[in-house]
Amino acid sequence: MVKTTHDGVAYWKATLALIRNVLIVWFVVSYGFGILLAPVLNNIHIGGYPLGFWFAQQGSMYIFVALIFIYAKLMGKIDEKFDVHED
Amino acid sequence: MSLQGVTYLIVGLTFALYIGIAVWARAGSTKEFYVAGGSVHPVMNGMATGADWMSAASFISMAGLISNMGYGGALFLMGWTGGYVLLAMLLAPYLRKFGKFTVPQFFGTRYYSKGASTVAVACLLIASTTYIIGQMTGVGVAFSRFLGVSNSTGIYIGMAIVFMYAVFGGMKGITYTQVAQYCVLILAYTVPAVFISLHLTGNPIPQLGLGSDMAGSSVSLLHKLDLIVTDLGFPQYTTTTRLSMLNMFVYTVSLMIGTAGLPHVIVRFFTVPKVKDARSSAGWALVFIALLYTTAPAVAAMAKMNLLRTINPTIMTNSDITAPDAQLRYDERPDWMKRWEVTGLLKFTDKNGDGRIQYYNDKSNDPKFAAAGWKGNELTVNADIMVLANPEIALLPNWVIALVAAGGLAAALSTAAGLLLAISSAISHDLLKEKFMPDLSEKGELLAGKIAMACAIVVAGLLGLHPPGFAAGTVAIAFGLAASSIFPALMMGIFSKTMNKQGAIAGMLAGIGITMFYVFAHKGIFFIKGTEFVNAIGGENFFFGIEPNAFGTIGAIVNFAVAFAVKNMTAPVPHDIADMVEQVRIPRGSKAVDGAH
Repeated sequence: MVKTTHDGVAYWKATLALIRNVLIVWFVVSYGFGILLAPVLNNIHIGGYPLGFWFAQQGSMYIFVALIFIYAKLMGKIDEKFDVHED
Repeated sequence: MSLQGVTYLIVGLTFALYIGIAVWARAGSTKEFYVAGGSVHPVMNGMATGADWMSAASFISMAGLISNMGYGGALFLMGWTGGYVLLAMLLAPYLRKFGKFTVPQFFGTRYYSKGASTVAVACLLIASTTYIIGQMTGVGVAFSRFLGVSNSTGIYIGMAIVFMYAVFGGMKGITYTQVAQYCVLILAYTVPAVFISLHLTGNPIPQLGLGSDMAGSSVSLLHKLDLIVTDLGFPQYTTTTRLSMLNMFVYTVSLMIGTAGLPHVIVRFFTVPKVKDARSSAGWALVFIALLYTTAPAVAAMAKMNLLRTINPTIMTNSDITAPDAQLRYDERPDWMKRWEVTGLLKFTDKNGDGRIQYYNDKSNDPKFAAAGWKGNELTVNADIMVLANPEIALLPNWVIALVAAGGLAAALSTAAGLLLAISSAISHDLLKEKFMPDLSEKGELLAGKIAMACAIVVAGLLGLHPPGFAAGTVAIAFGLAASSIFPALMMGIFSKTMNKQGAIAGMLAGIGITMFYVFAHKGIFFIKGTEFVNAIGGENFFFGIEPNAFGTIGAIVNFAVAFAVKNMTAPVPHDIADMVEQVRIPRGSKAVDGAH
C-alpha cells in the first residue's frame, strides 16, 4: 500500500517519466532511423550494411531488447525508492 | 538414409519429445489448464512465450516475404519485436497486478459490465480466428512438403493434427512443451543460416554475414544482391520501401500495438509470480524472439541470392544474363524444385518454349529481356516456401533439411495450440460460464472449450484453403484487428482513471468495425473470395495508399477518438473503479481484485 496520496502521485509521475524516456528512444531507433531517416542514413555504411537498412533489419531489435531490461531495472529502483515493491 | 527417411525420423523424434512432456505434465484442474498454477520462471516463461509467439508466420513465412520485399520487409521485423517494449512497460506489470487470468475478465471488471467483456470476447475471437487462418496456411505448406502431397491435402492433415495436439493438454503441458519446441525451432532456423552464411561470406554468424563481403571478393553481399536483382529488372533490395513510407510506418505501428493486444501473448504475463517478473519476462521473451528475428533478414537475402543463382548462374559474374545458354534448363532442374512442384507451390510454364527457366521481373522496362526473346516470367515461387526450401536450394545435408521441416511444424503447431487455448477459454469461461450458464461444471467447461477449439480449426482450415494472403500477411491482418480493438481499451483501462464502460465499448466496436470494413473490402467479406467490394468504394488502398494489412493503426486511432468522445457524453466512472485503477498501478499489495481465482 502507498503510505500517502502524495507518494502515490509522485510514484506514478516517476513511472510515467521513465516510460516516456524509453518510448522516445524506442521511437527514434525504429520509426526515426529505420524508416523516416533511412534514405539519408543509407549513405553511411557500417561494414556491408547501409546504416538505415541496418537499423531497420538489425539495430532496432537489439535496442528493443536492451530497452526492456533497462526499463525493468530502473522501474525496480523506482519501486524500492517509493517502497511499493513486493517482498 | 533417404531425405524422406531422415525427415520422418527427426520429425518423429521431436514429436515424441513434445507429447512425452505433455503427458508428464498433464493438466488437472481448470485453473491449471489455463495458467499453469502461476509459477513459471521468467526465463522459462520467456522461452515458452517465444515458441508461442513464433508461429508459422515468423518461422515459415516471414523471411520469404522479406526476401520478396527487401528493405520494406523490415516492417515485420520491427513490428513484431517492438511491440514487446510496449507490452513490458504499458501492460504486462499492470495486468499481472490486476490478478485476473483472461483479457475479457479484465474488461468485465475494469469496465464494470458483462457487455464490455462480451465485446472483448468477440474482438478476440475475430482476431484469433484470422490468426489461425494464417497458421493453417503455414501448416499446409509444411505438411504438404513433409508428406509430399498437394497443399490442400496438407491443410486437411494439418487440421487433424493441430486439433489432437491442442485438445491434449492445457497450458501447463504447453508451457514445458513449448520450451522444448523453442529449442527445436531455433536450432532449425539458425543451423542452415550458419551453413549458408559461412558458405557465402566466410562468416558463420548470419547477423554479421549479412553485413560482410562475399567470400573471396571485396564486394559486400548486400551490394552484390542489389546488382543481381536490378540486373533482373527488380527494384533495389536494400532501399525498396513497402508501397510508401507512410504505409510502411503505419504497418509497423499496427503490428507493434497488435502485439500488445493479442490475448494469447498477454495471457503469458498472468502466469509469472510477481509484477517484477512480468516486466523481465517480456525482456526474456524478446531475447529469444530476437535470436530468430535478427537471423531472418540474413536468411531472406541469402536465400534470394541462392535461388537466383541456381536459376541463372551467370548473374554472379558480370556476363550477359540473357545469353541463350545462361539460364537453367528445365529438364536439368535440381531435385528440390521437383519436390516443391508436387505441392503446387512452385510452378514453371515455358512461355517462350526454349526449355529454359527465365525468372525475372517482367514488368521491367529494360529492353534487353524482350530482345533476348523472353516472353514473361516463367517461374512462380510461393513466398511461403522460401524458408523450408532454403536448405534444399543451398544443397545442405539431408539432416539439416529434415531439421527445418521439424522446426516449421513445431512453430505452426505451438502457436496454433496457444491461440486455440485462448479461443477455448474465451468461449467456455468468459462467454458461457460468466454470462450464459453460470452453473456450468468444471467438466462441462472443459468440454465446451474443446468443442470451441474444434469449430475454430475447421473454420480456419477451410478459409486457409484460399487464404487472404501469405501466412505472414494474413497474420498481420489479425494483428491489425487486435490493434484496433483490444490494445486501446487495455491502455485506457490502465492509464485513464476516467474511461467508462460506454466509452470503452463504443471505442472497441468503432475501431474493429472500421478495420474489418477496410479489410473485407479488399479481401472479401469474412475472407470469402468473390465478395470483395473495394472497387465500389474507391479502389485498392484508397485510404492514403494504406494497404488493408496496415489498417489496424487507423482503427486504433478511431477507437481512442470515439472512446473519449463517448466518455465525455456519458455517466462518469464509479469511484470504486477509479480506486481500483489506482491500486493496479502499484506493485505491492494484494491483487486488485479478489475472488478471481
